[in-house]
Amino acid sequence: MNFVAMVGRLFLGFLGTLGQIGTFTGTALSHCMTPPLYCGIIGRQMLNIGYFSLPVVGMTALFTGMVLALQIYIGSSRFDAEVAVATIVVIGITRELGPVLAGLMVAGRVSASMAAELGTMRVTEQIDALTTLSTNPFKYLVAPRLIAATVVLPLLVAVADTIGVFGGYIIGTEKLGFNSATYIKNTLDFMEPIDVISGLVKAAAFGFIIALMGCYHGYNSQGGAQGVGRATTNAVVSASVLILIANFIITELFFTR
Amino acid sequence: MTDHAGGPERMSPTPKISLRGLSKRFGPKVVLDNLDLDVMPGESVVVIGGSGTGKSVMLKSILGLLKPESGSIKIDGQEVLGLRGSDRDEVLRKFGMLFQGGALFDSLPVWENVAFGLLASGDISRKDAKVVALENLRSVGLGPEVGELSPAELSGGMQKRVGLARAIATRPEIIFFDEPTTGLDPIMGDVINDLIVECVKTVGATALSITHDMASARKIADRIAMIFGGKIIWIGTVDEIDNSGNPYVDQFIHGRAEGPIQMDLLKP
Repeated sequence: MNFVAMVGRLFLGFLGTLGQIGTFTGTALSHCMTPPLYCGIIGRQMLNIGYFSLPVVGMTALFTGMVLALQIYIGSSRFDAEVAVATIVVIGITRELGPVLAGLMVAGRVSASMAAELGTMRVTEQIDALTTLSTNPFKYLVAPRLIAATVVLPLLVAVADTIGVFGGYIIGTEKLGFNSATYIKNTLDFMEPIDVISGLVKAAAFGFIIALMGCYHGYNSQGGAQGVGRATTNAVVSASVLILIANFIITELFFTR
Repeated sequence: MTDHAGGPERMSPTPKISLRGLSKRFGPKVVLDNLDLDVMPGESVVVIGGSGTGKSVMLKSILGLLKPESGSIKIDGQEVLGLRGSDRDEVLRKFGMLFQGGALFDSLPVWENVAFGLLASGDISRKDAKVVALENLRSVGLGPEVGELSPAELSGGMQKRVGLARAIATRPEIIFFDEPTTGLDPIMGDVINDLIVECVKTVGATALSITHDMASARKIADRIAMIFGGKIIWIGTVDEIDNSGNPYVDQFIHGRAEGPIQMDLLKP
């Protein structure tokens, strides 16, 4: 009986959390769509999320592209299909690895930072102070972060795609002996617009998830320094898991119908 | 001594703040229990009471940061409980608040913290807002050079003074002070008390403060109210508090461990 009660409590708690996240998302979206928008804060957040994430996302994309080229070459040589390396690298990077790895790296960097910043503002009463100064915290803190992350992640992923494909090109031409012109021709000939577009749509969704989880956990943190730490961890974990789930759903929508 | 419920016998004019039957609980813990309190226009009321007696919850309920289960909150005779959107914003514009820890925005320089409410109203340019902010900083004894600093570079006393400058910058009709002297040395505490008295007088605001610092309460209050068990159990003028005839008030103002207020301590 106790076990059943425990499962019931967990399930009700889960539903309660889903409801809270749903309400938070709805409120945040309504503030994203109604003026005034704090353009200065949106710009600063875009710089923080996009520009300052470039080194870590660029390095991740570069080495992923290089490893992908090596692995595909080794695998495809088993059935004499080495020529497919360039094609598979570009499809793999643009459709999946670019957006997902960039999303996960940014989730680790940005979700944590947002949760820590808003969590600290919560426990030091800065969010309450905003309200007493006739400023809606959703409008001032949450909406700019959501807009910035949703807009800037596709740009970041476009750069990551380019760097990743370039990583495959370096390995393909310098180590595996492909002709440079042939490699580029194979890359461009077999790449379709949908490959890139689906990746960028995923990136926008991942950006929204990253900001939403960072803001939700930070905004609702409680219990001092320990609470802020917990919010930070929860933001990164939930953003990462939701990115993987959203990746599956978007892939389903784009490619299996 | 005045009445038990908080001065409702003072029939006119309309109270600036009127709380009736305010109740708030967190799970099984009842924090406010049918609390009544009136604050008249231009008056400075200080609510004293121990930690966890509901002082901060009362202030946050008035500001709409917490939602009470029942009761009435009237500002200038207008019911504000349940107000949303622009109606709520309009009421909030009447308020200024000095938070216990300052609650200054880390990401902004001091002058922008002070000018935040002015800039949020959209009625003033950044250049003019900065001039007003520096003027407010001067009124709390801080020079213009402080305006360019980050809040993290300020001492506790300076942060309180900046918080006070921010609270009065929009010339609010009502100012709340949440433990204004907590964490300060006695001299700086007295400086803050003097500034509060002066600023409230200059702005012509109604003030509601919460504290457990009796020196501060005696200095800034016209009337003092004591909260215990979620209710206002006594209210009277500063002169009356030493002869309140209320054992709870006597124990609190003399800081005695023995008396009707019992702390939940595990005995060794």
